[in-house]
Amino acid sequence: MNKTLIILKNEYLKRVKKKSFIILTLLVPFLFAGMFALIIFLSINNDNKERTIAVFDESALFNNEFKEEGFTKYEFIAKDKYDKLRNNLKGSEFYALLYIPQDIYSNNTAQLVSENQVPMELNDQIQRKLSRFIENDKRQKIINETQIPDLEKRLADTKTWVTLKTLKISESGEAQKSSSAIAFIASYAMGFIIYFFVFMYGAMVMRGVMEEKKSRIIEVIISSVKPYELMAGKIIGTALVGLTQVAIWIVLGFVVLVGVQGFFSPESAQQMGQSIMESQQQMNPAMAQATEPNKVLEVMEMIGNLNIPLILFCFVFYFLVGYLLYSSLLGAVGAAVDNDEDSQQMVFPVTFPLILSIMVLFPISRNPEGPVAFWFSIIPLTSPVAMMARIPYGIPTWELLLSMFLLVLMTVGAIAAAAKIYRIGLLMYGKKVNLKELIKWLRYKN
Amino acid sequence: MEIFSARNVNKVFADTKALTNVSISVNEQSIFGLLGPNGAGKTTLIRIINQITAPDSGEVFLSGRKMTRADIGQIGYLPEERGLYKKMKIGDQAIYLAQLKGMSRHDAIKNLKVWFEKFEIMAWWNKNIEELSKGMQQKVQFITTIVHKPRLLIFDEPFSGFDPINANLLKQEILQLRDNGATIIFSTHNMGSVEELCDHIALINKSVKIEDGPTDEIREKYKSNIFEVKYKGDFAMVNNALSQQIKVLSHIENSRENQITVQHVNGKSNNDLIKSLIPVAEILSFEEKIPSMNDVFIKAVGESNKR
Repeated sequence: MNKTLIILKNEYLKRVKKKSFIILTLLVPFLFAGMFALIIFLSINNDNKERTIAVFDESALFNNEFKEEGFTKYEFIAKDKYDKLRNNLKGSEFYALLYIPQDIYSNNTAQLVSENQVPMELNDQIQRKLSRFIENDKRQKIINETQIPDLEKRLADTKTWVTLKTLKISESGEAQKSSSAIAFIASYAMGFIIYFFVFMYGAMVMRGVMEEKKSRIIEVIISSVKPYELMAGKIIGTALVGLTQVAIWIVLGFVVLVGVQGFFSPESAQQMGQSIMESQQQMNPAMAQATEPNKVLEVMEMIGNLNIPLILFCFVFYFLVGYLLYSSLLGAVGAAVDNDEDSQQMVFPVTFPLILSIMVLFPISRNPEGPVAFWFSIIPLTSPVAMMARIPYGIPTWELLLSMFLLVLMTVGAIAAAAKIYRIGLLMYGKKVNLKELIKWLRYKN
Repeated sequence: MEIFSARNVNKVFADTKALTNVSISVNEQSIFGLLGPNGAGKTTLIRIINQITAPDSGEVFLSGRKMTRADIGQIGYLPEERGLYKKMKIGDQAIYLAQLKGMSRHDAIKNLKVWFEKFEIMAWWNKNIEELSKGMQQKVQFITTIVHKPRLLIFDEPFSGFDPINANLLKQEILQLRDNGATIIFSTHNMGSVEELCDHIALINKSVKIEDGPTDEIREKYKSNIFEVKYKGDFAMVNNALSQQIKVLSHIENSRENQITVQHVNGKSNNDLIKSLIPVAEILSFEEKIPSMNDVFIKAVGESNKR
């Protein structure tokens, strides 16, 4: 154990002190921060263009009622001006031309003419304005027709009640929807992170073993320590390097995030928040009408709806066990071969399940209940990635336990087999190793 | 006093025998030569001693106790195929290897510095191994083998990669290590160094031990009654006088002295030989030719292959 610790320490320090490790570890958060900053920057500076839209209201329903919204102004114009503008929009002061036809009431269709592609947001804004207006107008008409004096108030009361009720349903429904979007992102991201780390650090273990074999230091080492002590020290040491990297990324990511928010000042952050809110409202006017505007809080709540402790626990579990499984197999491969070409040939069959699981990651994230998702998350070699992709959606306990149990079982078996191949392979030179040969090694006694 | 022994060790790899009933016994503070042609099983025996591989049957003992994994801290092993980490500072990897042998970091640094000074490579402490010449690397390797003051040292072809000056330095160090109490098992094909260093040898061929004993005795055993006589006189007369009773193998004629190599064939004594020489020539020297280890090796292996 003591010697394993020495090896572990040596492996860890050797890798952590490497320039490439330091550069990569420090650079990645800044790359992400840069991307994040760019997105924020773009979203803030996206739509502050002042636009004036000419409105020709053939229906004469809207009576100059369009209010200025954001950076967009509306100006009502007469028919003759409209006809003139229709062919001459380019030279005019107007960004676009809104034509509200006579039959908008029955047809629910208006027309927007512009020389450029109209931004989605603006499109939504105008649609919303028109719909809302007609809605109100229709209601007003009913009030007028029925001649019930306080009908509007009563209607409003009714609506408030109804809206409250729909709000409840819609909120839970909507929350479900939003959190399933969040679940999708979490699912995909975590599957990918597991894949990335298992692959990267597993390969690191393999290269380390190959280096020891190639440089022939291995015979000196295993005359001092048992092969399994060496392997354990290597694998655990490398895992700690991975965890260190993640920890640094989390800390740096947090620092950078705060820094970025500071850079864009509270107002702009608020502005961004508002613009997000607005866009959300536009997407879902029914909800926007009734919901209080603290959308950010709601998103936080949705994230909170995910079973965070379970996800974290599973992440650590599948990461560590999956890494253990693959790094011991790859370590054995590194010990069995003594040149790079052979290693290429052996690595593929070993990592194939991992590659397969990243290939089905997208389908799994989209359909976490399907048979592909089920089998890939139960079968041990693919389960670290596949199960991680399912967990954010919630999963039956028995499936999770079965998957974990099988993974542990497989890993224990793989370590035993790998240790054997490792021990025999380390001192085997000049032999072309293939799968048949490895199986023969496994049959050796002692 | 015996410090190490292997008793009836057998090892079979797949379908080739590596060791068949091999026993050796090594005395404390001696240099034991483990000899044999390539593929005879020497490396396998060495790996068994180092607990890298386990024998199929048979046992190895250190200081009278059956060897266990815990004993490897008392062994220093310099393998034939050796190397160091390419991308690690020399000082760091020397410390690392010493720690793996059970030394504390503090002791490791202290002892290593003494050896580095002695071998005049202290300036390389912070360099990578890639920057060193082969000879320098061998020095570092040698130091990492002995730094933990092992009682039993195993050197497999220690002189490969050394120039004659450094090889000599190494020879002196090995002798000094023995004088300071270490026991050395020494495997090499360099028979000259065996004659110089080894107190005792064992010869292995095709997995079987074919010869075992003190170096002098083995050489004595393989001598074949060959004598070398230097004399002043006429070769024809000498040849005439000797050929009746002895086999003349070769002769060299010089202006100052002549030399003749002869071999007893029947039970004649040295004195008989000298007696018949005295009337015909002036004897300058008379010497029995002891076979070199090289001769012993070739002869012993050749005979064993014939069997």
